[in-house]
Amino acid sequence: MNKIKNLADLKKLQSEVQAKIKLRENGDNPESLVQIKVSMATCGIASGAKETMTYFIEELDHQGIDAVVTQTGCMGYCYAEPTIELTVPGQQPVVYGFVNKVKAREIIEKHIKLNEMVDGIIPVTYLLIDNQ
Amino acid sequence: MKDISMHILDIVQNSIRAKAKLIEIEIAERSDDNQLSVSITDDGTGMGLEQLQQATNPFYTSRSTRKVGLGLSLLKQKAEMTGGTFSIKSELGKGTEVKAVFVLNHFDRPIIGELTGTLLILICNSGETDYVFKHQTANGNFELDTRDVRQTLENIPLNHPEVRLFLKKMLQENLEQIQISK
Repeated sequence: MNKIKNLADLKKLQSEVQAKIKLRENGDNPESLVQIKVSMATCGIASGAKETMTYFIEELDHQGIDAVVTQTGCMGYCYAEPTIELTVPGQQPVVYGFVNKVKAREIIEKHIKLNEMVDGIIPVTYLLIDNQ
Repeated sequence: MKDISMHILDIVQNSIRAKAKLIEIEIAERSDDNQLSVSITDDGTGMGLEQLQQATNPFYTSRSTRKVGLGLSLLKQKAEMTGGTFSIKSELGKGTEVKAVFVLNHFDRPIIGELTGTLLILICNSGETDYVFKHQTANGNFELDTRDVRQTLENIPLNHPEVRLFLKKMLQENLEQIQISK
């Protein structure tokens, strides 16, 4: 039975990354990172949320943009899947709908890098008394 | 849902919502029995009898954001469409096991799909949850236990980009080696 194919490789990676982690921890704080939550419910997965999430993770890493990409449950916008909630540091979260790879690229290039919102935002249509 | 890897990603979300600490995903391709079985077992909150009886009802959900819960019912339908079976066992406080068995060579049997992508999304965004993934084919077995990975990595998080890249290559190579069905 094959378990982890090469533990020696994984251990070597651990040593290499360890040093870099120490430098990173000194500078990072979660609120200073871009946060992207990808809705990963049945409707989202059927509409392509898996590819959307994978794209964000790989493209943000490729461009060296510090971000946290996580999956979340149904946000209730099943008609507009795949949906993401984007929080840029210092700003209110924004929900985008119909986020395929093309839209994801646009969001990265414009909203994340240039702070310019793009089409496709799902607006908040109500505020509860408690959070007005 | 186009393929089995998407169903797995979907059903595991239930385990995550049930606050499971350990989720086991097993795929077995048995050409002698002409079966492909997929089982997902967790140690989450589990379900009582009433909830269990409703679990595969597409108009039943424990969520409040919508009125339908399609994940389990879609998987059940897919398995039964091939002449296979579907079962779900659960106990409150102990966990849940979902098992779908497909007829391997049936025309309607969905492809396994992009399993590496599914596993990476789950493993690299798992927080404190651990995964055990096992895949058995006629050409061999592959097993990945994230507890072993965490132990080797010590304090390096699983979502570190270099760890993710390593796991991606490791999964791809191992799954290719055992020649999982397409």
